[in-house]
Amino acid sequence: MSMNTQGRPTGTGSAGAAATGSALLPNEPLLFEIGDTDHSGVDLPDVDLDVSFLGGFERQTPLDLAGLTEPEAMRHYVRLSRLNHSIDSGMYPLGSCTMKHNPRLNEKIARLPGFSDIHPLQPISTVQGALELMNQLSHWLLTLTNTAAVALSPKAGAHGELLGMMAIKAAQEAAGQAHRTVVLVPESAHGTNPATAAFLGYTVKPVPAKADGTVDVEAVKAALSSEVAAIMLTNPNTCGLFEPQVIEIAQAVHDAGAFFYCDGANFNAIMGVVRPGDLGIDAMHINLHKTFSTPHGGGGPGAGPVVLSEALAPFAPVPFVRRAGSGLELVEHVEGSALGRVTAFHGQMGMYVRAFTYMLSHGGDGLAQAAEDAVLNANYVKARLDHIFSVPFPDYPTMHEALFDDSFLRDTGVSTLDFAKALIDEGFHPMTMYFPLVVHGAMLIEPTESESKQTLDRFCDVMAELAQDATNGNKERFTAAPMRAPRRRLDETRAARQPVLTWEKPNRLPKAAE
Amino acid sequence: MTTKFTPDHEYIRVEGSTGIVGITPYAQEQLGDIVFVELPVVGKTLKKGDEAAVVESVKAASEIYAPVSGTVTEINPALSKEPGLVNADPENAGWMFKIAITDANEVETLLDADGYSELTL
Amino acid sequence: MRYLPHSAHERSEMLGVIGAADIEALFSAVPKSAFKSFELALPSHQPEFRVEAYMRTLAGKNHAAGDGPFFVGAGAYRHHVPATVDHLIQRSEWLTAYTPYQPEISQGTLQMLFEFQTQVARITGMEVANASLYDGSTATAEAVLMARRLTKRNRIVLSGGLHPHYRDVVRAYLKDDPDLVCLASSPEGQGDLLSQIDSGTAAIVVQTPDFYGHLRDLKSAAEAAHAQGALLIVVITEIVSLGLLEAPGALGADIVVAEGQSIGNALNFGGPYLGLMATRREFIRQMPGRLCGETVDADGVRGFVLTLSTREQHIRREKATSNICTNSGLCALAFSIHMALLGESGFVRLARLNHANAVKLARMLGTVPGIELLNKTFFNEMTIRLPVPAAPVVEMLAQAGVLAGVPVSRLEPGNAEVENLLVLAATELTTHADIEMLAECLHAAIGEDGQ
Repeated sequence: MSMNTQGRPTGTGSAGAAATGSALLPNEPLLFEIGDTDHSGVDLPDVDLDVSFLGGFERQTPLDLAGLTEPEAMRHYVRLSRLNHSIDSGMYPLGSCTMKHNPRLNEKIARLPGFSDIHPLQPISTVQGALELMNQLSHWLLTLTNTAAVALSPKAGAHGELLGMMAIKAAQEAAGQAHRTVVLVPESAHGTNPATAAFLGYTVKPVPAKADGTVDVEAVKAALSSEVAAIMLTNPNTCGLFEPQVIEIAQAVHDAGAFFYCDGANFNAIMGVVRPGDLGIDAMHINLHKTFSTPHGGGGPGAGPVVLSEALAPFAPVPFVRRAGSGLELVEHVEGSALGRVTAFHGQMGMYVRAFTYMLSHGGDGLAQAAEDAVLNANYVKARLDHIFSVPFPDYPTMHEALFDDSFLRDTGVSTLDFAKALIDEGFHPMTMYFPLVVHGAMLIEPTESESKQTLDRFCDVMAELAQDATNGNKERFTAAPMRAPRRRLDETRAARQPVLTWEKPNRLPKAAE
Repeated sequence: MTTKFTPDHEYIRVEGSTGIVGITPYAQEQLGDIVFVELPVVGKTLKKGDEAAVVESVKAASEIYAPVSGTVTEINPALSKEPGLVNADPENAGWMFKIAITDANEVETLLDADGYSELTL
Repeated sequence: MRYLPHSAHERSEMLGVIGAADIEALFSAVPKSAFKSFELALPSHQPEFRVEAYMRTLAGKNHAAGDGPFFVGAGAYRHHVPATVDHLIQRSEWLTAYTPYQPEISQGTLQMLFEFQTQVARITGMEVANASLYDGSTATAEAVLMARRLTKRNRIVLSGGLHPHYRDVVRAYLKDDPDLVCLASSPEGQGDLLSQIDSGTAAIVVQTPDFYGHLRDLKSAAEAAHAQGALLIVVITEIVSLGLLEAPGALGADIVVAEGQSIGNALNFGGPYLGLMATRREFIRQMPGRLCGETVDADGVRGFVLTLSTREQHIRREKATSNICTNSGLCALAFSIHMALLGESGFVRLARLNHANAVKLARMLGTVPGIELLNKTFFNEMTIRLPVPAAPVVEMLAQAGVLAGVPVSRLEPGNAEVENLLVLAATELTTHADIEMLAECLHAAIGEDGQ
């Protein structure tokens, strides 16, 4: 990322403000400071209205919405976009987020009118191609996981988790096991796991990890009882390790009458290489926006289909696609269905199209290769840096992520956060920090398969050089970082103490003074 | 008037049968800038060790436990507008709630200033 | 494989640095019985042109809305999206950025979200809005849970005019909850909603325009709810309606949730869509989802950050307000750009056009013998009763290239009362010729069926 620090503007805009700053590092005023209620970027006729159908509910409150003409809008959003780091502009090694390349073929296909311009409630006879796509996507997901059924509809990973745990709850209730109210969650789990379990009324019981970073089978066995409904386990886990005893864990969980929910956030490391169904999982969500490269879009949309084992398949929600004669039908209602539906309509079709296009491009062979390359890249980063950075769990090869702790920063006065912010000045997005919680000052690096050896080498060189500078006492470079970004460090305390969540017009001068 | 401490970094300043509860200077320093304090409702009955309040920094939320059993009689109204008082003056202006102590013996089981300071060395 | 940068040589070089004999060595923690223990019965990788050709074949098997007269609504609406919107959201910096956790290099996304929150707050007439949820249906379920946290009460009453899918989602989230009251879906009204409010009621949920297109009296609903200390949750599935109808916030709404798809987002067969949520400032700590707030950087320059994160799962874990993480960032961007292009004048004109076309549709349907219009009020959507079951008529018209609307029986199967009902929407894209053709085809279909 190249930045013109000389041109950085100071101060804030006011109504009617023009943009300031350099073209490459703009200080863009807010939409409400540039536009006004008269400007518009669309040409729509103003028509006469018959208001007799509005029942007296016409708007009285002013909208006060700022508008921009088309050229102004183009500039506002292009200038704003320049303030973002993105995968297309540089490495984005955020652990557990799988920021891989987003092929543009996927975008092109998703915009074909036959996919983008179809309504979820059109007659089924007019959307056979869409159902076929859902059917084929399901086939790929089932083949890659060796499971019995898939529910496509969840809107994102956390939503998929919710659905998977709902299915487990429904299955336990159907089996007369409603008294099972405990869910085991390893301490290293992503925050959505305990949040999901608690959401469904379960008591969360943490399971400690062993010193080597993997889940302790004995601890799981000790925690299992007739009260336990399920275990939620991420595999590969959030420390980037494959759980070597996952099959024993699954066996013990099943023996105790509980289910095995697998958080599939890290499926990218094993797709085409290991099938979670072979490990004994009962439910697993797959983040299409991670593993199958649908773009993250600044925080979504995602898609979180859930694969289900034979035991849970009867508890899948609606809708689902099935063969009917020579065509396909969409089952939208099942009498007595335990779950019903978790979203309006049929889920994230736009994401299904992108993910399926990505799967076809890669093929089964390419997906396996991508997983292997993702693992290769993480191990390469680990190997290049493990003599400088401390590796908390050195016993196993890592999977798709390299995890370091902050012990190399001891007594330097530089925090993990400072170190990460210094990476910004070198053109890299920081790694995931302070997660997983089980590692002090964790730094979790997920390069993904998309990074070339040259990029990885440069990243490792920069990391090594920064580490050396930190231990050499050049504290300022870190505590003041970033210095070459569109903004310096932001005051998050102020934002939280006096939340300003919407724009308000600055107080106008009294009339007489104008 | 005595001040006692818990191993979880709450203090309780006992004035007669009432205790004033807050967090120690050490705790506020560990937490960083406090941005929000969630206080109990007046009249709430707490058992020793119950979750009584929550203090939030930008990146963390920490529970404050009742150091002794009792009923909440008053909360610090200033904290809703100015949570930073917990950082600036945790032992005076940054107090959190007052509690009518049910069992004076519980106070005796808490740490004294020396015992607490050993804990935070 | 075109997406994978390494050559075979580079792979072996990297394995050398790692000190691993082969790639299998890196998977040594995987139980032998599970590692590549199968033949992956999936096709091999394909060149771009083959993939494209195949996907075009699949797309070609669908009838696109633009292929003919189109009146399908019921929670998803076909509106024009300016070319600028789709161009801008495909810029790398918007499309391929992650959640803005590093604010110094995410000011584009953050400022956009701040602008988006402001737009949503103004449109709904509320004080604050969040940075989006998945869609309108899940936002409704989240609002219900939020109301319970706020009031510390449990009873929830869903109006009979609530979109049946939304009702089903709330039911799934609150599985078997005895305190959830779902009034029967009825084309005539929202059920005896207000008399259901008691001192244990957390909230009532009212949709306007409702599923059948009727406009609902929010003011009386708010007054009745507030009299008992309950909250009013307003659901809006057609956000364009707020260009013409009074803001729910001005009528006493406590939480407004909406489906924002209509602005900036294509139909996409049901997703991704855009959940909007707005509320009163005093309620923000119980609001789910991400919030963007204004602050300054170390140089005192204005900037934006995600804030009040302690409500969220990554900090609060099992005590979080919701388990939501990823939301609908890119859909929010599309909404915000489209709304900026519309501005106040464009948004109002768009709403007026929609209503005007709906009035034309209603008038024309009134000329078809045997059809009864059920609405006295509507915005751009209405319900008609046919003399025959609606689903076969819709299918018949589809064969003729006319997508006539949604038979209510598709969402409420087994309910004899709604079997003959059809919900139809008109938007700015509906033409006079479309309406004429619909009327002719309906006439022909009913005539044939009736004999």
